[in-house]
Amino acid sequence: MKEYKPKIVCFLCKWCTSAGADLAGTSRLKYPASILPIRVMCSSRIDPMFVVKAFLNGADGVFIGGCHPGDCHYHEGNYHTRRRFAMLTKVFDTLGLESKRLKLSWISASEGTKFAKVSNEYTEKIKSYGENPSKWNVFL
Amino acid sequence: MKRIGVFICHCGINIKGTVEVERLTEELAQYPGVAYIENYIFMCSEPGQKLIKDTIIEHKLDGVVVAACSPTLHETTFQDALEEMNINRHQLEVANIREQCSWVHDDIEEGTRKSSLIIKTALEKLKLNDSLTPISAPLTKRVLIIGGGIAGIQAALDIADGGYEVILVEKEPSIGGHMIQLSETFPTLDCSQCIMTPKMVAINKHKNIKLYANSEVESIEGFVGNFKVSIKRKPQYVDPDKCTICDDCTPVCPVVVPSEYDEGMSWRKAIYIPFPQSIPATFTIDTENCLGFNPIACTKCSDACEPDAIDYDKKPEYFEEEIGAVIVATGFDLYPVENMAEYGYGKYPDVLDGLQFERILSATGPTGGEMHRPSDGKVPKEIVFIQCSGSRDPERHLPYCSRICCMYTIKHAKLYKHKVHDGQPYIFYIDIRSGGKRYEEFVQQAVSEDGIVYFRGKVARIYKEADKMIVHGIDTLTSKKIEIKADMVVLAMAIVPNVSAAKVINNLKLNTDENGFLIEAHPKLRPVESLQSGFYLAGTAQGPKDIPDTVSQASAAAAKVLALLSNDEISHSPIVAIVNEELCSGCGICVSTCPYGARELDEIKKIATVNDVLCEGCGACITACPSSAAQQKNLTDEQIVNMIKIYSYL
Repeated sequence: MKEYKPKIVCFLCKWCTSAGADLAGTSRLKYPASILPIRVMCSSRIDPMFVVKAFLNGADGVFIGGCHPGDCHYHEGNYHTRRRFAMLTKVFDTLGLESKRLKLSWISASEGTKFAKVSNEYTEKIKSYGENPSKWNVFL
Repeated sequence: MKRIGVFICHCGINIKGTVEVERLTEELAQYPGVAYIENYIFMCSEPGQKLIKDTIIEHKLDGVVVAACSPTLHETTFQDALEEMNINRHQLEVANIREQCSWVHDDIEEGTRKSSLIIKTALEKLKLNDSLTPISAPLTKRVLIIGGGIAGIQAALDIADGGYEVILVEKEPSIGGHMIQLSETFPTLDCSQCIMTPKMVAINKHKNIKLYANSEVESIEGFVGNFKVSIKRKPQYVDPDKCTICDDCTPVCPVVVPSEYDEGMSWRKAIYIPFPQSIPATFTIDTENCLGFNPIACTKCSDACEPDAIDYDKKPEYFEEEIGAVIVATGFDLYPVENMAEYGYGKYPDVLDGLQFERILSATGPTGGEMHRPSDGKVPKEIVFIQCSGSRDPERHLPYCSRICCMYTIKHAKLYKHKVHDGQPYIFYIDIRSGGKRYEEFVQQAVSEDGIVYFRGKVARIYKEADKMIVHGIDTLTSKKIEIKADMVVLAMAIVPNVSAAKVINNLKLNTDENGFLIEAHPKLRPVESLQSGFYLAGTAQGPKDIPDTVSQASAAAAKVLALLSNDEISHSPIVAIVNEELCSGCGICVSTCPYGARELDEIKKIATVNDVLCEGCGACITACPSSAAQQKNLTDEQIVNMIKIYSYL
């Protein structure tokens, strides 16, 4: 049987997590190719609708990476993200989507190791859940 | 539809090793919108850029995707290439297939597939990119320098000599930093004060430098070229214009406090001048220890002051200055001996740290430059120096090398020997790192001429027995236990970022590494810039370094600032928020979301507006907008959704 390879859409803020992901690369750390990056200026740019759309279009997991609380390049963007994320997990449950497939993590520009670690662990977790069952089954 | 050219870089084998570029080229040639596709060994090279430029003309391209390294490295290189061909720089997208793909994956199949997806997202984004022109904003030709140590002083003098105004903020009552505490400096044994005080005097006299001593930066608002800084000047209680520095006040002051300048090894009064060459040369009253704030308790200094310069009722003063750039030179502290159980938690008076020993060596120090130990004033005949105290010890203390300790320990041993000819210095070391110019020669000379005994190994324990400090260690070269009955021990404590500056750095949102040192924009190629535009780094705030390196870095930061200030205007990124007037209901949520005050309500039109110059382009307001009236230029909802679709579809 062909190995199941999940698709994980990752939104990375430019200043911390994307720079951390770059550092993971420069340090030649390894993580699965399921991690698919989209760079945004700040995690607060991530509209909860993007996450829902990713799931409805077939993503198996969505990862949001931002600066540590208190360290946001734009002062308070990650606080917006944190609240939106809390709300989003509730909305997911209401819509019948699996909120356990969502992940929010704070990874700074110096934490290449953390980026690789989170990527590895999160991919393993999504693998254990298997394919996203709500794909094509929920319509908004 | 745009005619897009895709250029895939091999980066030698950095990308090609994990990504089949030929197969990728064939596959993506079929993708909608791709008018031309090519791969090449080094896209960033001159021939690589020429290939892009020639192809733009030949194939009438109006957009380019370069699949290569992280956009932080070469985005501007390729944007400039496009601009040379009269194509707007925002018609370029960089697909990061190196740092976020080829370097982190081993499997060629996987790497190729992921690269293809990353390039497709870049294509989808580019298809909807608008051509934008940078927003120009005025540039304030003044600079703020935080920290008046040697780094701040050097940068201030360089910029001021270049003809621009400098605001220098120092938290202590005098500039000078740690360098003014040093005795002599390696490898030339120049007297530290002799080479430093002329620079300090120059700061005071320079017409382009405004010095705020005893002051702190409260906040910095704005963006590169247009910052507003709030400075708090703590009260000195002594009017510098009236004070004649007659020193009638200190003899009458009844309060004695350990001197910061002498690292706690001598006393000063609650009204004091930090050291004779202080700049500004003014007395200060120490708020924490002076009794005069209760007028019933004490008014002795005020009574003794003939020019009536003392005013206990002074309050902190607040200033606002407009500046265009900031140099952060907040310096270092030593890792506290109190953290080290094995060396007695700092409770033994004859176990000193490096700075305390500098004060004992210094002619202006507590012993007037003569070698006496603090506990009983005896001349130490056997002295042990311990390098890497706290450094290079990831399990218990700090993982990094503090860079200067090998050299200053050798200098200490040498200077000690110059003062106590029959004394015996021992040095415990892990490695000797003497990488600077003339450093190795200095080490060899000290070893051969001054009879210093080196032990390769660490000290496990220090304790007191009678009037001796017993040092237990091991020489790892001979595997023998060593016990020395020393009269004095000097610990070469690790360098840590200045503790009191941490709050300021956090307020400014500057990135720091796991040890608290400031992160430079690129470790090799942009070592004096912060990723935060308009902020520059100098000295030990960025990492441990010696005086020559600190001065070089300060001058480099000054050169960067001078280059910035030589422009008449500053250009601001046009990736900002826009409002669709027809959809906006004027609810004002964006106004409360914006951290920069860039969003305002237009009272007549009843809609929200964006001040382009203030907008930093974070996108928080776009997500917050309930009617989708707000969008981010070149990163619209539609663009992001199209990118998501590439990744999520089967």
